[in-house]
Amino acid sequence: MEELSQEQFRIIGIEDNGTEHSARKKVGYWQDAWRRLRANKIAMAALVLLILLLLMTIIGPHLTGYSYEEMDKASKNLPPSAAHWFGTDELGRDLFTRVWQGGRVSMIIGLFSAAVSTLIGVLYGSISAFFGGVVDNIMMRIVEILISIPYLIIVILISVITDSKDLGTMILALTLTGWCGTARLIRGQILQLREQEYVLAAEALGVSPFKVILKHLIPNTLGLIIVGVTFDIPGYIFSETFLSYIGLGIQAPATSWGALASAAQANFRFYPYQLFLPSLMIALTMLSFTLLGDGLRDALDPRMRH
Amino acid sequence: MFRYILKRFLYMFITLFCITAATFFLMHSIPGDPLSYMAKKLPDQTRENYYEKYGLNESVPKQFGIFLKNIVTEFNFGESIRYPGRKVTETIVEGAGVSAAVGFQALFWGVSIGIILGVIAAYFRNRWPDYLIMFIAILGVTIPVFVFASLVQYLFTVKLRWFPTTGWGSWKEMVLPVITLALGSIAGYARYMKSSVLETINQDYILTARAKGVSEFNILRRHVLRNSIIPAVTILGPEIAAVFTGAFVTEKMFGIPGLGFYYVNSINDRDYTMIIGTTVFYAILFVAVQLVVDILYGVIDPRITLTKQE
Amino acid sequence: MEQQEKILEVKNLRVNFNTYAGKIQAVRGVNFSLYKGETLAIVGESGCGKTVTSKALLRLYQPPLVSVAEGSEILYDGQDVLKMNKKQLQAYRGREVGMIFQDPMTSLNPTMKVGDQIAEALRIHNKISKKEAAVLAVEKLRLVDIPNPEKRAECYPHQLSGGMRQRVVIAIALSCSPKIIIADEPTTALDVTIQAQILDLLMEIREKTHTAIILVTHDLGVVANFASRIQVMYAGQIVERGSTRDLFYQPRHPYTRALLDSVPKLSSKTHGELYSLKGTPPDLILELKGCPFAARCQYCMPVCQERMPEEIDLGEGHSVSCWLQHPMAPDVGPLNDGRKAGA
Repeated sequence: MEELSQEQFRIIGIEDNGTEHSARKKVGYWQDAWRRLRANKIAMAALVLLILLLLMTIIGPHLTGYSYEEMDKASKNLPPSAAHWFGTDELGRDLFTRVWQGGRVSMIIGLFSAAVSTLIGVLYGSISAFFGGVVDNIMMRIVEILISIPYLIIVILISVITDSKDLGTMILALTLTGWCGTARLIRGQILQLREQEYVLAAEALGVSPFKVILKHLIPNTLGLIIVGVTFDIPGYIFSETFLSYIGLGIQAPATSWGALASAAQANFRFYPYQLFLPSLMIALTMLSFTLLGDGLRDALDPRMRH
Repeated sequence: MFRYILKRFLYMFITLFCITAATFFLMHSIPGDPLSYMAKKLPDQTRENYYEKYGLNESVPKQFGIFLKNIVTEFNFGESIRYPGRKVTETIVEGAGVSAAVGFQALFWGVSIGIILGVIAAYFRNRWPDYLIMFIAILGVTIPVFVFASLVQYLFTVKLRWFPTTGWGSWKEMVLPVITLALGSIAGYARYMKSSVLETINQDYILTARAKGVSEFNILRRHVLRNSIIPAVTILGPEIAAVFTGAFVTEKMFGIPGLGFYYVNSINDRDYTMIIGTTVFYAILFVAVQLVVDILYGVIDPRITLTKQE
Repeated sequence: MEQQEKILEVKNLRVNFNTYAGKIQAVRGVNFSLYKGETLAIVGESGCGKTVTSKALLRLYQPPLVSVAEGSEILYDGQDVLKMNKKQLQAYRGREVGMIFQDPMTSLNPTMKVGDQIAEALRIHNKISKKEAAVLAVEKLRLVDIPNPEKRAECYPHQLSGGMRQRVVIAIALSCSPKIIIADEPTTALDVTIQAQILDLLMEIREKTHTAIILVTHDLGVVANFASRIQVMYAGQIVERGSTRDLFYQPRHPYTRALLDSVPKLSSKTHGELYSLKGTPPDLILELKGCPFAARCQYCMPVCQERMPEEIDLGEGHSVSCWLQHPMAPDVGPLNDGRKAGA
């Protein structure tokens, strides 16, 4: 052992010994979640892809100079070329414009349906959980009945009945029972959280029940809601595709990815690009939402925190 | 247990009544009447006969009463409006048989392959088998069924000529629809099982088993599998529903005379009695399946004592 | 101390957690031996590496996430556990060393009857039929004082109380009469009254079977009349070790002292507050330069922050890693009054 001076053996105690306890920075929940999401390369790629797709549905239809309704009898079923980047359909409409116009409709359907059903679901679930007792019982029975009906059958039924093919009724049909899952999820989560000490403490301190819900419970379930929305959006886009296939979707000349794909499906052998392009867009959208959802779930799950 | 099942049965009937009523009244609330699509061209006398035949002269609640009575007493959903003489019930029974043949196979293969793939993916986490399986699973949830069906048809019937394009009868005609339908279940189950297995592997009792000296294979067989498959039963309900609705597309595309085929046709034809009948039948089927799945769950998971639930 | 037969020897054990934030050195060079039939207690706060150490003895860690560093050795009967192949390891686990886990609520398979869970262990290590194993399993349940063992063997874990489940866990650990039992906080998750029963049971089993026991706990009160030797762990290292007597009456490390002071005593003359140690253990992701306890030590000296103290033998198996034992350190009373003789 090399030189140790007497100076080094003087008791300094805890007060001024200046040793840092922890050099690791303490980070908050959202900061930590964001950091973990950013570290997830797949989820970040999905996010970038998603932003690109969204951007294209906004500016895409204006890039070519063709209108999505404009027919040109001289150029039917043309393969992709310099004049028509994605080719044309059987009525000679420019597919590049139509694909992004359809994408706009698909995205709107996905986003709006998810927003509406989440809003209803969150409200319904929190009211049910908060009041409890008879109210909860009745409200949950209703959900149980609604949820036990095959989802697509309801959507089909509503579409047949309203017989209108505009966006509004479509979203209505899609969200009519779509909120039930969210309501259940939120109710369960809130019931669990209600038992937690800090909520009891808040109530004991005389904070009004409504404030307790808003201030403590909703932020705690926010992670769950965000993940839910990320998985709901592609679900609705998919359902729309399905409706289009059985002839209950958006009607021409308006279009959506589902409508484009199902229209092209009949002549798929002769003009594969007509099916391929909208399908690719659907797949890319589904893929990016799903992967982003997976990433968000991992990032927001507090159990995964180290 | 018995009380629970009884209670569930009661709820099932309430649910079914609500669905039936909703379907019936909604369909009858459509402006015009069920015949408006076709009956306009008919002479007045024929029209009268039609009204007589389908009981359309009665008030809607009374019609509903008759409709309900016919279902309960003789499982009779009436007659098709579009194709007079064709009994809705017969069509349903015929179609359901065909659909079941395809659907059960799809479900069987979908669930078993999905479970196996999910377990493999969990065990090879972050290695190539995992990536490959998750890629397949992602495809299953990202590609619309009809697009996938088109691709499969093109590849196996036009290019390779292994199977006939459409038709019904031999096993060869079943292969492609079953593959198409199973893809969704494979994807769903692979994803679910992977996370379920990963969760189970991290449980303390797996450590206990390891500390006992149990081999890795037996840990998988005796401890991991059972505990991770049990929760997977809960998604059996939604998976079956997906097979039902997936059949709407596959049956139409492959020309299989199943229930979904008739359902989609009746929607396109606006054949109201058919739509009501098939919808109610689907609802019965679906609600019953859910009940069975819930009871099954209670039977295989020793922790759940159904009577104490609530 | 009389010469006893060593059955387990741990040499320079280092265990790392490889997290996305970096490498956490949970166990940092631990050396110790276990003698036949003795009871050794490993004591420390949560996060000090005691559980990681005990799990490493059975190689119960997940390879990519947790790894044992090169140069570590765990010798059982002269054979290195860390170098065993699959077959040898399976024969070693359960047969030679049994393990009791902390939480009986989660350490039993919820979908397997408890009798079967014991029988499973029996059938791995003995060539017996299913029927014989079932009969033996009931015997094992009787051994851990479970009333009506025939009926209980047919129960699923959720049908039993926490204390009963822990008895089942003990029965599993005992099933193949191992030479060593590792009990990782066996009473922490239980009610106080049940805790005493489980400890009594463990003592009774030790009397009957002469099994060596490694008891891992944060509770010095549990250790006092149970263990013959104690080693105190802090930040992945053993800071002091010795006979239970020496450690209770002549603790030499300020950390051991602090732990002792925070145990309530009936005979205590001071009726004031119970001593509580301030602060938390250091973040093990960091490379430690000096003594890991320096930041919380009331006797902290400049040297403590700069250099790791070496282990100093105080005789009769008592040793400590603390700069206070250095000849140049000032006299702080009981903690180091005999230091000059030792140096």
